[in-house]
Amino acid sequence: MGRYVLRRLLQLIPVFIGTTFLIYWLVWSLPGDPFAGKCGDRPCPEAFVAAMTAKFNLGDPVVVQYGKYMMNLLQGDFGITFSGISVGDRIATAYPNTIRLALVALAIEAVIGISAGILTGLRGRGFLDNLVLVTTLFLISLPVFVTGFVLQIVLGFELGWIKTTVSESPAPWGQLIVPGFVLGSLSMAYVTRLTRSSIAENRRSDYVRTAVAKGLPQSRVVGVHLLRNSAIPVITFLGTDLGSLMGGAIITEGIFNIKGIGNLVYRGILSKEGVIVTGVVTLLVMVYLLSNLIVDMLYAVLDPRIRYD
Amino acid sequence: MTDPSNAATGAAVTSTASDSVTAAEHVESAGANKPRSLASDAWHDLRRRPLFIISGSLILVILVMAAFPGLFTSVDPTYADLGRSRNGPSSDAWFGYDNQGADIFARTIYGARASIIVGLCATILTVLIGGTLGLLAGYYGGWLDGLMSRVADVFFGLPFVLGAIVILSSFGATGSSNIAQIMFLVVVSISLLSWPVCMRIMRSAAITAKQQDYVRAARALGANSSRIILRHMLPNAAAPVLVYATIALGAFIGAEATLSFLGLGLRAPVVSWGVMIADSRDIIRVAPHTLLFPAAFLTTTVLAFVMLGDAVREALDPKMR
Repeated sequence: MGRYVLRRLLQLIPVFIGTTFLIYWLVWSLPGDPFAGKCGDRPCPEAFVAAMTAKFNLGDPVVVQYGKYMMNLLQGDFGITFSGISVGDRIATAYPNTIRLALVALAIEAVIGISAGILTGLRGRGFLDNLVLVTTLFLISLPVFVTGFVLQIVLGFELGWIKTTVSESPAPWGQLIVPGFVLGSLSMAYVTRLTRSSIAENRRSDYVRTAVAKGLPQSRVVGVHLLRNSAIPVITFLGTDLGSLMGGAIITEGIFNIKGIGNLVYRGILSKEGVIVTGVVTLLVMVYLLSNLIVDMLYAVLDPRIRYD
Repeated sequence: MTDPSNAATGAAVTSTASDSVTAAEHVESAGANKPRSLASDAWHDLRRRPLFIISGSLILVILVMAAFPGLFTSVDPTYADLGRSRNGPSSDAWFGYDNQGADIFARTIYGARASIIVGLCATILTVLIGGTLGLLAGYYGGWLDGLMSRVADVFFGLPFVLGAIVILSSFGATGSSNIAQIMFLVVVSISLLSWPVCMRIMRSAAITAKQQDYVRAARALGANSSRIILRHMLPNAAAPVLVYATIALGAFIGAEATLSFLGLGLRAPVVSWGVMIADSRDIIRVAPHTLLFPAAFLTTTVLAFVMLGDAVREALDPKMR
């Protein structure tokens, strides 16, 4: 197990470097004056340009810039923006909101998706099965912003059940339920379908028949034997989804005005604050890679037949 | 998903080897019919699926709409009259008027073209990149496979929306007003971020196909690598990629709308569903119809492609029956 983790960690390094370098290169070294529009209508003063060029190592080749940036980042220094605000602070205030939103979305998609999947997987073909299949197809095809706006208009403006914007900065959990549902709705459909097909496949397996033949109660057969064996693809999906939920939160955060990193990075891109963009993306990539690794570790817990040697 | 193709090929080989047995089997099962190939078997199965018929006819209508919008409406989609700005649906304009006073029904009809073009081009490019690399990685294996898989991991690690925003804003799509250039950039950024999925699907299908007897037989007969890849592995590994491509086409149309919605994809002189949705963003509270009608068309189109992909998958994978 230890050696496997080590090997996986070593494999992560080139991917991590590749992804972050790609973003760094895209943000910093493409044609265009990085100081354009930074100082209002006037061109920037020489002193400011010189100071910032030194600050962001803009005089170096891009690989050296990237190396210096990464060295600072690994020591916990995210750098400062052009206007001198610490990027680390900005991320520290915004990130908890996004984590909360992603966790709410993950919880909603896991609870609803898995229960709907189990229900239809056990029942087999029938009205309920078709209903759930059509609903999942519909959810898959609905773009997130449509779901978001429709729920915002109907539940917020028309019915007044929810607040239409989440303006407080440590966003209260209660107000994140609807945004979380919007963010997780697409994945919820996938979780449902995965669980359904996995349960339907394992329902006819030998160990389930054995468990039934031994006279185990239905709850134990389904809850322990069937669920645990069907969980692997679902857990894989949920684990990798946590990373993509955080990356995909830009639109949901925009609609409901949640002050998370999606919002931060979107404004960073529009105002060409490269430090914010690279910082946030690096963080997201790291979360994504680590959650993948943890998911792989979980396999051995769920299914003891899987060994890492 | 490659199992059915193996089974079909295996059956074909045995039928030529021992005629008597298969002849007897055919009398029993399918009368005088010749054994069908996987493709014709799948087609036969598809034609009776309600899911396929519904999605197929929807897609047909949408394609006709994209090709000949004049058949559905005689109103000019770019003609705007501020006097009727944000008017709701009426008998004159079924879907009402948008912020500028242009007919939403006409715009929705004409908008199909841009959305379909972007979706199709992005799908073709994704399948070309991902399919080629996946086939090569699966066939040659070794260091080439390792290198390509790592490169795919790099692109796969980028969150989609975030990556597309960075690419589009970095390559100056925000400043340019050249329609073809913006479309090209949108297509490229969607494909660049999506090809790893296609490559992984193709790679695993290619690895399965490579170990089959017909590939060994072809090699024993002296076929070179390009012939084995193109004539033997590609047809047998194409099924899962076909399913992926169908679903991806729908997803890419949605992605185009999402990018336009963020103000980074197609924009104003182009009429597309994404542009219409982006235009409606600030006025949804007072005029929700400006969002709902293009969004309904968008959702229906995506739904049609996802449904078609589902139907094709079930037809190609007999295990699901």
